[in-house]
Amino acid sequence: MPFGNTHNNFKLNYKVEEEYPDLSKHNNHMAKVLTKELYGKLRDKQTPNGFTLDDVIQTGVDNPGHPFIMTVGCVAGDEESYEVFKDLLDPIISDRHNGYKATDKHKTDLNFENLKGGDDLDPAYVLSSRVRTGRSIKGFTLPPHSSRGERRGIEKLSVEALTSLDGEFKGKYYPLKSMTDAEQEQLINDHFLFDKPVSPLLTCAGMARDWPDGRGIWHNDSKTFLVWVNEEDHLRVISMQQGGNMREVFRRFCVGLQKIEEIFKKHNHGFMWNEHLGYILTCPSNLGTGLRGGVHVKLPKLSTHPKFDEILTRLRLQKRGTGGVDTASVGGVFDISNADRLGSSEVAQVQLVVDGVKLMVEMEKKLEKGEAIDSMIPAQK
Amino acid sequence: MLKISSNMAKLTLKRLSAEEEFPDLSQHNNHMAKFLTLDIYKKLRERATPNGFTIDGVIQTGVDNPGHPFIMTVGCVAGDEETYEVFKELLDPVIEDRHGGYKPSDKHKTDLNPSNLKGGDDLDSNYVLSSRVRTGRSVRGFCLPPHCSRGERRAVEKLSIEALASLSGDLKGKYYALKNMTEAEQQQLIDDHFLFDKPVSPLLLASGMGRDWPDARGIWHNDNKTFLVWVNEEDHLRVISMQKGGNMKEVFDRFCTGLTKIETLFKERNHAFMWNEHLGYVLTCPSNLGTGLRAGVHVKLPNMSKHAKFEEVLKKLRLQKRGTGGVDTAAVGGVFDISNADRLGFSEVELVQMVVDGVKLLVEMEKKLEKGQSIDDIMPAQK
Repeated sequence: MPFGNTHNNFKLNYKVEEEYPDLSKHNNHMAKVLTKELYGKLRDKQTPNGFTLDDVIQTGVDNPGHPFIMTVGCVAGDEESYEVFKDLLDPIISDRHNGYKATDKHKTDLNFENLKGGDDLDPAYVLSSRVRTGRSIKGFTLPPHSSRGERRGIEKLSVEALTSLDGEFKGKYYPLKSMTDAEQEQLINDHFLFDKPVSPLLTCAGMARDWPDGRGIWHNDSKTFLVWVNEEDHLRVISMQQGGNMREVFRRFCVGLQKIEEIFKKHNHGFMWNEHLGYILTCPSNLGTGLRGGVHVKLPKLSTHPKFDEILTRLRLQKRGTGGVDTASVGGVFDISNADRLGSSEVAQVQLVVDGVKLMVEMEKKLEKGEAIDSMIPAQK
Repeated sequence: MLKISSNMAKLTLKRLSAEEEFPDLSQHNNHMAKFLTLDIYKKLRERATPNGFTIDGVIQTGVDNPGHPFIMTVGCVAGDEETYEVFKELLDPVIEDRHGGYKPSDKHKTDLNPSNLKGGDDLDSNYVLSSRVRTGRSVRGFCLPPHCSRGERRAVEKLSIEALASLSGDLKGKYYALKNMTEAEQQQLIDDHFLFDKPVSPLLLASGMGRDWPDARGIWHNDNKTFLVWVNEEDHLRVISMQKGGNMKEVFDRFCTGLTKIETLFKERNHAFMWNEHLGYVLTCPSNLGTGLRAGVHVKLPNMSKHAKFEEVLKKLRLQKRGTGGVDTAAVGGVFDISNADRLGFSEVELVQMVVDGVKLLVEMEKKLEKGQSIDDIMPAQK
């Protein structure tokens, strides 16, 4: 944040013990890793944009966490955060992303033709399909740290890029601050509208400053491709439709993303990416692909089977309620999506969803007929 | 060429132009939005206080909270003592607007001598249910709650605990740190109406006052539960004296004695309270400058409060009404919280005198109305 930590050098007048946060009640990735010694080592550092260690960890200090859910507890304020504070962030990344090492390389694959199948998930079970990711624009700081001028710069570039799209991507931008009541109503009905963050995980990291300045929603005319500007990341890109044709959703996702990226590159503001961390986003949990590909699927029988969670783990999938993360499922309908973000490509992650969901629907059908599914339990992927 | 005084630091953050950074205040209704022009913003963004507090830090809460059509919020905060000097081009007009035309050249008078209060020990306790005086204090040498680091906040707590632990007699008491309170202690403090919780108001959160909660926050109170100090909530210290009934004199007596003792203890440790002859006591919110004092009673005025001239009477007496839940709550059962409206430009004694005299008059009016008599002949002049 641009305030509260602009006097980093003055804090050095206080001893490490005096400034080190009390993490005794805390259960998040940051609290697991940040020892007093590490705090002492990193506290005099700043990124070139002035983001400090206290800025990185503030959200994790203010939100001790939940006994069952492991939150990350830290954010990046700019691209350089991941380098300047690597002694803290590398172990967190490794812990969060299945042992991903500081020397590992991440593979990006947005060629939808590399996906096998995925166009025939049974719509009697698979109600809708969706793929989302985030993108950060090089040359700007990230939402926890960006100034109003930068946020507006991001919005301006985004609006230019998005309004130049045509064909199936022709659409319109709705800035939050000048939306009409009718537009707002429509966007709510379409389930497109995002609101000012209320989660303290986000507000404590400074992401809600100056709301709703510089924030908005763009979507194409057919309402199958949607971009959020300046919410938790610079851009959140979503491709979605009713039914089980994940292949089509992923095609549109890849094509649209690449069109947008080209336009940003032309303006000398490509997306933040490197060969170690893949796409750079605000939260370390979204590094790599930043991709969550998922379906809303009816699994009333399978979800009550004792091996349901084990199957999900083996398939590298996770379940959520249909209201999103931390909600309960309703009527046996689950949100099933990939668990991984870093260390495997977009195609690989969507493939896991396609193959995994196909298998689970087969299992559901077997259970409906009263048959066993033991022979179908998959190996660990 | 901008002259950098010793009270300012040169700002070296890379940013875009003032026009590109200037906040959109078109939907806003607060004191900051009234006075922050592009020209003032352009000038002030080149500065920082010696502790690194910037204009964006000052105004963030006012940008994030456009305000209410009926309530005029301040929309800005101080991050340290120097804020009021370094950003005076914005804060002086805000102070003038908020504090009845108080000018940059005006001097504020401090008077914490309780023997200067006339009367106040005999407000009719059939009507006056309780009496209370509160103020805030900032400890010199530390940044204020919007900007302080954990180390600074803990140092303020440590000093406060030392100072309060040395109080004796009817001021002898105990400190309860928020972060290691037992369940039993917490329940007791809730029952006593003493416990303060993490701020939920976006007015406070947007200015960074909730950071690191509950680290270094706590409550101290004396054994008699009539003198209470909050540490590191919205100000370094909030000091409260209170008791049932209408003996405001005793409440104010204890308030002054306790405050003066505490101030002496802090001074002995080379950390006096922030004070200057123009702004009086320096606090986080510009609305609390001067005395930072709100003296009030909970008083039954079911007839008076329905009288057509109730608001006018309050205004003439320089008093304000609130519901008994505090600011912005509604009155319940005809019981109102009546307190002084002013903070800056009047002394503590003067403000409490206005409450004492004003409430005495309001109770007289209530009694007359009960008997069906008119109150026209006892209407006050503008104080």
